[in-house]
Amino acid sequence: MTTTTPARPIENAYAAGQLPRWAPLLILISSLATFVIIFLFIQAGQSEGEFNVVGAVFLGVVLYGIVLVTVSRLVEGHRRATDRLVTTLVTLAFVIALLPLISLLYTVVINGAARFDLDFFTLSLRNVVGEGGGAAHAIIGTLQMTLAATIISVPIGLMTSIYLVEYGRGRLAQAITFFVDVMTGIPSIVAGLFAYSLIVIFFGPGVRVGIAGAVALSVLMIPVVVRSSEEMLRLVPNELREAAFALGVPKWLTILKVVLPTSIAGITTGVMLSIARVIGETAPLLVAAGFTNNFNYSLFSDRMQSLPVFVYSSYISQGTDAQAYIDRAWAGALTLILIVMALNLLARIIAKIFAPKTGR
Amino acid sequence: MTSTAAPRIRAKQRPGDRLFSGTALTAGALILAILAAVAAFLVIQGVPGITADPEKTTLLEGTNFWAYVGPLVFGTLWSAGLALIMAVPIAIGIALFISHYAPRPLAATLGYIIDLLAAVPSVVFGLWGGNVLAVGVQPAYAWLADNLGWIPFFAGPASGTGRTILTASIVLAVMILPIITAICREVFLQTPVLHEEAALALGATRWEMIKIAVLPFGRAGIVSGAMLGLGRALGETMAVAMVLSASNVITFNVISSTNPSTIAANIALSFPEAYGLNVNVLIATGLILFAITLIVNTIARYIVNRRKEFSGAN
Amino acid sequence: MNFKRLGTIGAIAIAGTILLSSCATAAEDGSSDENMSDLTGTLVGAGASSQQSAQEAWVAGFQTANENVTVEYDPIGSGGGRDTFIGGGSQFAGSDRAFSADEIAEDNFASCVPGSGILEIPAYISPIAIIFNIDGIDSLNLDADTIAGIFTGEITNWSDDAIVSQNDGVDLPDLGITAVHRADDSGTTANFTDYLSAAASSVWTVGSIETWPTEFGGEGAPQTSGLVDAVTNGTGTIGYADASRAGDLGIVAVKVGDEYVPYSPEAAAAIVDASPFAEGRGETDFAVEIDRATDESGVYPVVLISYLIGCNEYASSDNVDLVKAYMSYIISDEGQATAAESAGSAPISSTLFEKAQAAVDAIK
Repeated sequence: MTTTTPARPIENAYAAGQLPRWAPLLILISSLATFVIIFLFIQAGQSEGEFNVVGAVFLGVVLYGIVLVTVSRLVEGHRRATDRLVTTLVTLAFVIALLPLISLLYTVVINGAARFDLDFFTLSLRNVVGEGGGAAHAIIGTLQMTLAATIISVPIGLMTSIYLVEYGRGRLAQAITFFVDVMTGIPSIVAGLFAYSLIVIFFGPGVRVGIAGAVALSVLMIPVVVRSSEEMLRLVPNELREAAFALGVPKWLTILKVVLPTSIAGITTGVMLSIARVIGETAPLLVAAGFTNNFNYSLFSDRMQSLPVFVYSSYISQGTDAQAYIDRAWAGALTLILIVMALNLLARIIAKIFAPKTGR
Repeated sequence: MTSTAAPRIRAKQRPGDRLFSGTALTAGALILAILAAVAAFLVIQGVPGITADPEKTTLLEGTNFWAYVGPLVFGTLWSAGLALIMAVPIAIGIALFISHYAPRPLAATLGYIIDLLAAVPSVVFGLWGGNVLAVGVQPAYAWLADNLGWIPFFAGPASGTGRTILTASIVLAVMILPIITAICREVFLQTPVLHEEAALALGATRWEMIKIAVLPFGRAGIVSGAMLGLGRALGETMAVAMVLSASNVITFNVISSTNPSTIAANIALSFPEAYGLNVNVLIATGLILFAITLIVNTIARYIVNRRKEFSGAN
Repeated sequence: MNFKRLGTIGAIAIAGTILLSSCATAAEDGSSDENMSDLTGTLVGAGASSQQSAQEAWVAGFQTANENVTVEYDPIGSGGGRDTFIGGGSQFAGSDRAFSADEIAEDNFASCVPGSGILEIPAYISPIAIIFNIDGIDSLNLDADTIAGIFTGEITNWSDDAIVSQNDGVDLPDLGITAVHRADDSGTTANFTDYLSAAASSVWTVGSIETWPTEFGGEGAPQTSGLVDAVTNGTGTIGYADASRAGDLGIVAVKVGDEYVPYSPEAAAAIVDASPFAEGRGETDFAVEIDRATDESGVYPVVLISYLIGCNEYASSDNVDLVKAYMSYIISDEGQATAAESAGSAPISSTLFEKAQAAVDAIK
């Protein structure tokens, strides 16, 4: 602020009226320091009372915003000041989103590490009371049911979104769009009840099988797949389609070779989001796929355990040795997160391989 | 792709085309069929619950169905609304940060980090929300009740456990954040580069460029993402059920220990002990949630359709 | 594009599933050489989640003794358990309440021979602890009226005269009471409110209910775990939960007659023995009407009874031997001791055992 006054000869015409690069950082550090010192004094003044980290950081950041915008406004003018304010806010939004993520991952890792051992991935809970046992049966169940749900949902969902974007005209397309939206509002437990009553028609009363769980998950998954891939397909510029048509490429080949590859990254993200949406579902699986402590590899016979149900039931019905159950619940939660993360990573790699190189 | 020319030129129909469009149509029709089946299931199972004799169904406690479902509807809309108010600005901020502010090589990684939030299953959010977040925010609620008690929302007395509707809404906001972010980010990235460069060339600052070029282009996408998030927030079951301390009341007080429950959470909590007509009553509340989503989505579609001119494939 | 790939993945998945399931079947067939008993098959039950810890122990014990048997217990809740049993989806049910006389009179149990009636054994008896969290206080003496006053929201502070007068020498803080109740419908709430309506009828006027009335305020928490967490994490909180989950929390000793009785399995079993069976029911229906207002010494009236429900005569003879063996194991000394160890329940008395055993033996 002191270095650039208009009276002096200008040293660098492009840097005139600009804050030096280090200015925001300096303001940030000094505002944080101010409030750390203030809070230290407050703490010293009170006989009991912890140092309020949250308060200091919060007020420090607020002060930083005010000082930065004021200084920028004085030196750089109104427009630059607004720009700096928005930059601060946007960065802050990202940091705010990181807080729950870090807290959550920290909690899950710390609590889940206790039982994150080989037994957990190789044993079931058959004949286990209290400590020990594992969640291998639940992991197998979750993977199978989610995979089956994906196999059902992705083709239906993707083809529907292609229909809506590329073919759909008139009433039917409108109806489908509308009812897909409505489908997002089906409460998960209702999907479970629906799948259960559907499967009862084929398998007889009281039957609980893995495939019923997969059907329930599909009902929840399809609308998410449709909505997100529809959004991504609509973003493909018309110029690309028109260029393909102009070259005499049939429409279906255009969609297959031009439209889908262009939007594959977005579609994959959407599919991953939808998997993440359903893989943690508890209520519908408990209703439709049942509960078991035994291994079951078949989707079409007997009850099938899943990780969310495992976590939930370990948490809600703890025996006398409660810690063993709580540890299992957290280890299950950690496993569940890791599975989804791995799937996510895989999808990104796939998307990267198939996506065409763009200007970005 | 509709041509404005009066005599429409019909493209040659190849077998591949017919097969492909046929498959697409079948998929769309299948969805309608599934939904019709679910709707039929809901209506058949739900109507006896709506018309149930209140004296014979323990769940209704002698009042009628609408008095029972009223607070639940309020709680559902209230918690989802709060979550949306918190999540949308932050999500747009994150999406802009990733698409236009973060250093280019870092952007993909940062996007992945936010997607990690989407990878957290709702049971885990429930565990975390009830045991970590609720305990963490309780002092803040006590402070709010003491200092800002004159605002009706913070009238208190503050809950002793922190398991209030505001906590549930925060959890919901965190859950829908990655969904809204993902869609906003993709849409922002698709902004025509020429528009952006034109704005910058005219001397616009980065924010002005975003205001002129990026946000108008992405508006439909933002609404779409927000609606997808809202759908999730309205129907979220386990996380709310595990976090919220619920009673069947209507109140705008967000930090006290009496909070309205949500429809989905209420079904999950009441279903295990339900029998006979109580099951029908619960499914009927599911039907109501279904109707709410229908209305919310109609409004959203209306907004999006008005902005259709920005879509690439119109 | 990747439809082909998706198809391949699908094919592999299906092939894998078939392969794995056939492996599993082969393994089951192969291991039948060294069985310890001649019982085989899968027995399915569903019902109360309150019994889950106990069922887990029973299933483990029973399966260890009979290697080729698998018992599945779906903890879907009492209501769901009863409905599944009525619909014929399970061979036995666990329920926090017995079938009502009306429901039995309808006689539409799909698994049972019509008209043969059902078997109801109070096999899981567990004390409900009234737990609280105040720094430095481990136990309090309270009578039923005071407890009801706290949970109806009439008594709002721990230094209230009604509490202080019953607890000489305890330094009660001037602290607000947060009464935590179950937000979900539960058998625990039903049994707890049943106690309050019997023993404190002047204060608790709404009877025995599964759903907490809104007008009493307080804080709701989902499931037993949620309630225990809420009481543990809060200050000045009080709640009620299955005694096995009380942990390090403060415990209320309940006034019965002239003495204050803390919970114990023995005291909980004693109240069941002191109570009559419900009248007008079948010979094999051991539904108990708990006399919660009793003055008898040494009994703890706040107990949860969960029933084991089956048919007297099954429509299909497939699993009858299994049902008999499993139920016999549950009510046996060994079964009850296992449950007591892992779920903190109270063993049933020898008189009840003899009656129940006779009924189980008569199942066909």
